[in-house]
Amino acid sequence: MRGLLSVLLPLTRSFGPPSPHRGEGIKVFLVLLFALTQIAAAVLPGEAMPDPRQDQRARDLYSEVRCVVCQNESIADSSADIAADMRRDIRLHIAEGLTDTQIRDTMRARYGDYVLFRPRFALTTALLWLLPVAVLLTGGMIFALMNKRPEKTEPSALTPDEQARLDRLLDGDNGSQS
Amino acid sequence: MIVELGTFCLGLAFVLSLAQALTVAGGAVKPLRGIARFSEGLSLAAAVAAILAFAALLYAFITSDFSVSNVAKHSHTLKPLLYKISGAWGSHEGSMLLWCMVMLVFGALVTLNGRNLPDGLKHKVLGVQGLLGALFTGFTLFSSNPLARLAEVPYEGASLNPMLQDPALAFHPPLLYLGYVGFSVVFSFAVAALIEGRIDRAWARWVRPWTLLAWVFLTVGITLGSFWAYYELGWGGWWFWDPVENASFMPWLAATALLHSAIVTEKRDALKAWTVFLALLAFTFSMMGAFLVRSGVLTSVHAFAVDPQRGILLLIILFLTAGAGFTLYVLRAGSLSSGGVFASVSRESTLVLNNLLIFVALSTVCLGTLYPLLMEATTGKTISVGAPYYGLSFIPAMGAAMLILPFASLMAWKRGDLKSVWKRLILAAGISLLLALLGATLMGHSDAKSALSLGVGFGLGGWVILGSWQVIQSRTQLLKVPFAEAWRRFRGLPLATHGMVLAHVGLGLFVLGAVVETQTKLTAVDHLAVGQKLKLGAYEVTLTDLTRVAGPNYEAQRGILSVRDAWGKVCEAMPERRFYPASSTVTTEVALCFRPLNDLYFVLGEPSPQGWQVRALYNPWARLIFFGPLLMAVGGVLSLFDRRLRVGVASKGNKG
Repeated sequence: MRGLLSVLLPLTRSFGPPSPHRGEGIKVFLVLLFALTQIAAAVLPGEAMPDPRQDQRARDLYSEVRCVVCQNESIADSSADIAADMRRDIRLHIAEGLTDTQIRDTMRARYGDYVLFRPRFALTTALLWLLPVAVLLTGGMIFALMNKRPEKTEPSALTPDEQARLDRLLDGDNGSQS
Repeated sequence: MIVELGTFCLGLAFVLSLAQALTVAGGAVKPLRGIARFSEGLSLAAAVAAILAFAALLYAFITSDFSVSNVAKHSHTLKPLLYKISGAWGSHEGSMLLWCMVMLVFGALVTLNGRNLPDGLKHKVLGVQGLLGALFTGFTLFSSNPLARLAEVPYEGASLNPMLQDPALAFHPPLLYLGYVGFSVVFSFAVAALIEGRIDRAWARWVRPWTLLAWVFLTVGITLGSFWAYYELGWGGWWFWDPVENASFMPWLAATALLHSAIVTEKRDALKAWTVFLALLAFTFSMMGAFLVRSGVLTSVHAFAVDPQRGILLLIILFLTAGAGFTLYVLRAGSLSSGGVFASVSRESTLVLNNLLIFVALSTVCLGTLYPLLMEATTGKTISVGAPYYGLSFIPAMGAAMLILPFASLMAWKRGDLKSVWKRLILAAGISLLLALLGATLMGHSDAKSALSLGVGFGLGGWVILGSWQVIQSRTQLLKVPFAEAWRRFRGLPLATHGMVLAHVGLGLFVLGAVVETQTKLTAVDHLAVGQKLKLGAYEVTLTDLTRVAGPNYEAQRGILSVRDAWGKVCEAMPERRFYPASSTVTTEVALCFRPLNDLYFVLGEPSPQGWQVRALYNPWARLIFFGPLLMAVGGVLSLFDRRLRVGVASKGNKG
């Protein structure tokens, strides 16, 4: 780190007009430029795989794998060092000829379930995957039953007089519709 | 002095809200029946008190009164005025006060616009709203008072998180809260109707404008937040399925379903129990969002300072209100008379299907957000739920809903004719299929997954837009009758129809933008020294200069990039990397070159021995991602101004 700073400190001399925060501020400024790497992202130019199909596979996998030290970022979006390491691991695995599923399994074995943005289907995650399907099926069944047995019109809770007034209120302007 | 008055006003708002609820409760007892009407005056007074309390907080922020703890923590004398003001809602405490103010003002609006509501219903609504107001003002006053003083006054404030010092984000929270809290009125209406045991077409008509109003604010609020993430976070993403984004998305989805089911209740006196359920659900999700963001159970860019104790208090409020609402619902929903009958092919049916699918989509978002939290709490294991999960669950559900959308908007009420609707849609279907094919093949992607996404996106987007056009075409008979006649008919269409068409076109445009941006965007990263070039698709980006710029409360390194294509200079972009000494943080300031549809997006990264890292993104059709939702909001506003929703106008003419 200090080595890099000494390379860069001369750069700061060319920085614009003196400001009240100069001096101590510049050092902090530079340290932070390096420290807060989560802000700007991501896959660097040197990282592309020679075979375009493999490169596409790699990039699809990057977006499924979570950067384990970041806030809710995939390793495709993160420029943290560990994200770069994880991307390199994935490229190595692809080059070794592992399938996508095998690569996901290796990542999970090393970092735990947390690392995959698509949770695998297991006993503990069954509800996560199945509940929406259950909602759809239950709703669909209710809908089908509702159509099979059309409800009878129940007598209105309003007196005929009230009903007439309500209809007038509600439909008074329906003439304007085509 | 003004600050103490503010605290006093907040206390006053709490007492007045409590009184508002108590007068209504008291009015239920026979000998006191008359006192319920005092709730009207009390709601106005409570709103004034809350506005004054919030004004005091604004005053403290504008004058940088660091004796107020919240100002000291979140403001700074060097901050531009806009961000001093927005600092008032930039923290947990301040935003709670904003929440309370909005809630009490909405209560007052029920009184002011409620001349046509029957007294019984109106007072019950005010009673529930008063109770909600008392709970939230009480919470703010006793656990998170933003106007609390410090014993020792610091010389300078700690400043607002620089990432939040941004025009889009200055307005994002107030709009979001107008949406969240707007649903409290809908909730109050639902509870009041359940207490009365009567839900009819008139009730649905009173509830719909409130839902629309809140929905419009929430739509704009979410869009602004998404736009902020897009250009402030610096990696060009606009939706991360972050739990906090989901927290704002869930009430939006519930409200979208409610808007559609309330139409059925209003027009056909049907789906009552379901409509009331959604009315309760929308605000429940709003409160859940508030809890998630403030409790510390989430780690997120958005999460406010974490404090478990406040989280538990908010959770208690959530369980009390939602629990009471849904218990009442279970007790009463069965007794709601079921209304109008409809055939299996009818607009009612298609809207029921639409509601089912939106509800499935909502359940995936809800599960995806809460499941990892619950799992960690119960088993200690952590999992991640991200974009790939939603791609397999949320997107198919919404896609199916979009598939039936044009049918729903052309189908007749009560008993529809599928054949005649299909005949009117067949051209739209053909063109959409063609668009799907073109999208999948011509957008320049060989990869099968991406081609599929593009095909589906183009097909669905085109289908919804063309289907919406067919609504106008059917109503005006354009090309079949003389143009002047078609124009006359077009102008005669109710505003609600225009609103519906615009909102649906907005949805279609959003889908087109979203799919093209995510599937075909280009990225180029390189380390550039002054004079060096970078290639981004058809564009050539040259770093022409580097300068240091001093801002009001930051200093920045600015890169000057000249962007050219084959025809010459396109634009000059000036991305910055800003350092805020007050909080010792660095932010990236993205430079955007707006093309008509596309964005060129530049980020200045870290310096390196070879120069500076420059990240360039080409985001095709990105404009539609933000323009689409805004169009949806405009549609909502048009609907809101439809005279049929202004019950007052209709009834004045009819009262005689």
